[in-house]
Amino acid sequence: MDTLELSVDHPLRSFRLSLELQLGRETLALVGPSGAGKSSVLRAIAGLLRLERGKIALGAATWFDSVAGVDLPPERRSVGLVFQEYALFPHLDVRRNVAFGGRERVDELLERFQIAHLAGARPGELSGGERQRVALARALARDPAVLLLDEPLSALDAHTRGVVRGELAELLAELRLPTLLVTHDFEDAAALAERVGVIVDGSILQLGGAAELLAAPADGFVASFTGANLLHGTARPGADGLTEVLLDAGGSAFSTDRAEGRVGLAVYPWEVGLARTEPVDSAVNHLRGEVSSLVMLGNRVRVRVGPLTAEVTAASAERLALAEGEPVVASFKATATRLVPIG
Amino acid sequence: MSRVFPVLLGAALLVAVAFLALPVIAIFLRVPPGDLLAQLGEERSREALLISLKTSLIAHAVILLVGTPAAYLLANRSFRGRRLVVSLLELPLVLPPAVAGLGLFAAFGRSGLLGGELSALGLELPFTQAAVVLAICFVASPFYLRSALTAFESIDPSLPAAARTLGAGPVRVFARVALPLALGGLGAGSTLAFARGLGEFGATIMFAGSLPGRTQTAPLAIYAAFDDDFDVALALGALLVVVSAALLLAVKLVPSWTRSSSASTTLFAPSASR
Repeated sequence: MDTLELSVDHPLRSFRLSLELQLGRETLALVGPSGAGKSSVLRAIAGLLRLERGKIALGAATWFDSVAGVDLPPERRSVGLVFQEYALFPHLDVRRNVAFGGRERVDELLERFQIAHLAGARPGELSGGERQRVALARALARDPAVLLLDEPLSALDAHTRGVVRGELAELLAELRLPTLLVTHDFEDAAALAERVGVIVDGSILQLGGAAELLAAPADGFVASFTGANLLHGTARPGADGLTEVLLDAGGSAFSTDRAEGRVGLAVYPWEVGLARTEPVDSAVNHLRGEVSSLVMLGNRVRVRVGPLTAEVTAASAERLALAEGEPVVASFKATATRLVPIG
Repeated sequence: MSRVFPVLLGAALLVAVAFLALPVIAIFLRVPPGDLLAQLGEERSREALLISLKTSLIAHAVILLVGTPAAYLLANRSFRGRRLVVSLLELPLVLPPAVAGLGLFAAFGRSGLLGGELSALGLELPFTQAAVVLAICFVASPFYLRSALTAFESIDPSLPAAARTLGAGPVRVFARVALPLALGGLGAGSTLAFARGLGEFGATIMFAGSLPGRTQTAPLAIYAAFDDDFDVALALGALLVVVSAALLLAVKLVPSWTRSSSASTTLFAPSASR
């Protein structure tokens, strides 16, 4: 299996898209806010965006090389691109949509994606989840060497999303194609990809496994993007070899990380515990405050206490009789508290 | 005042409808239908209708064959001066037909801009059926070009892009994606252009003359018969009303034929100098 090699240097509206990637038989997710240049990377690989400078090659086959003057048209690059809104041909039925990419495997793909019963339907008659399956089947009909997914789940409602995410993860594991997927949702990226790259203003801030990014975010942006609480403050050496951070919002907190000066203090919501009174436990950081909001997420509850968001089980929330306006103590361990540079 | 206003609005609409419908109705009321058909069977009516049909169809084929790719290219390229090019293509819409005829003469006439080149090729255009075709192309093609341009521009750009990534070259993208998606707008524009060409009068009479049996189209024959045989004029007029109404109906129905494109089938104001 060939490796996709990518080196990009291209001006976008207000910044330069500048990155290098190597992609084997794996799924790599580029996550970042909208307008970070994620989709441009996909369009460049597919041949829909001509780069100012860069090189794109699949194994020995060069698709684009600004120095050598190579630029293969999209139809000669072995790519399956699934568009954000799926871009199904509205004037063709499902079977013809899939067959547009290649006729040989149509029946097999219709079966594989459980859309055989929709073969005669037009895209306008399909649900979001069905459209997504048709788009995937169509992209694979060409037997591509590289799969590109542009926000594959964003066009779906929350209900369908979870189901489709599971199906997509299974599919990617089965295909084992070099797959590049872009999303603005870290959870989607973590669920679908082996490696995740956080991209902001055209550059990759950090690239690694999702667990790696959570355990050691490179900076404040990555920390908050991966879902951490991010509190700003000033660090100085404290007692017991810990680092004490004087928080801008008032009070202080401790971390096992070493740092001095301006820092971001990152702690994930699931590392924050809640109690009615200050507990006698191993956590060194305690923060008193009133519950300002409660959001149910199935079997979990997201609780906002002062500047922190905590995630506890629904059962715990009920046992503590949590309600808006109630005083609680939020606690988190110094070992679960990361200190990251802030921009 | 608030009670008078609705009455004024209603009166204005009544005047407009009556004024626009009356001449059309009058054509049918002057002569019984049986006589109308008999007049159409006459030699000069038949000739004029055949010439109209022949020249309109040839001109229309040329408009579709040249106009469709031209509009497609224009819809997919952005370049400096693009708006100027679009405006130039639309100019004949607002040009007085007499000026159009004059311009065709100045360009393709014997002593015109290309006159020398044309006679070197043994071609003499003025007062031939080719001149009729040219005149129709000149006044009718902007209707098609404009409509086709809008139709191609309103295609979601991710659809041709998707087709490219699925292995389709530019020709296949045009034939399998762009053309079917633009079909509604192309159909509407094509119908309007055909109607405009069928009724073409001013540019034709100046550039091609009104020679019975050669360049006299139905509208020119109506004008010629106006003085000596009013019944023939009425019969031809009635026929053109029926054909025009049928074409208009076709344009109105186009949106329901194709579900693909949306904004492309709007009717726009025909040339003011019709």
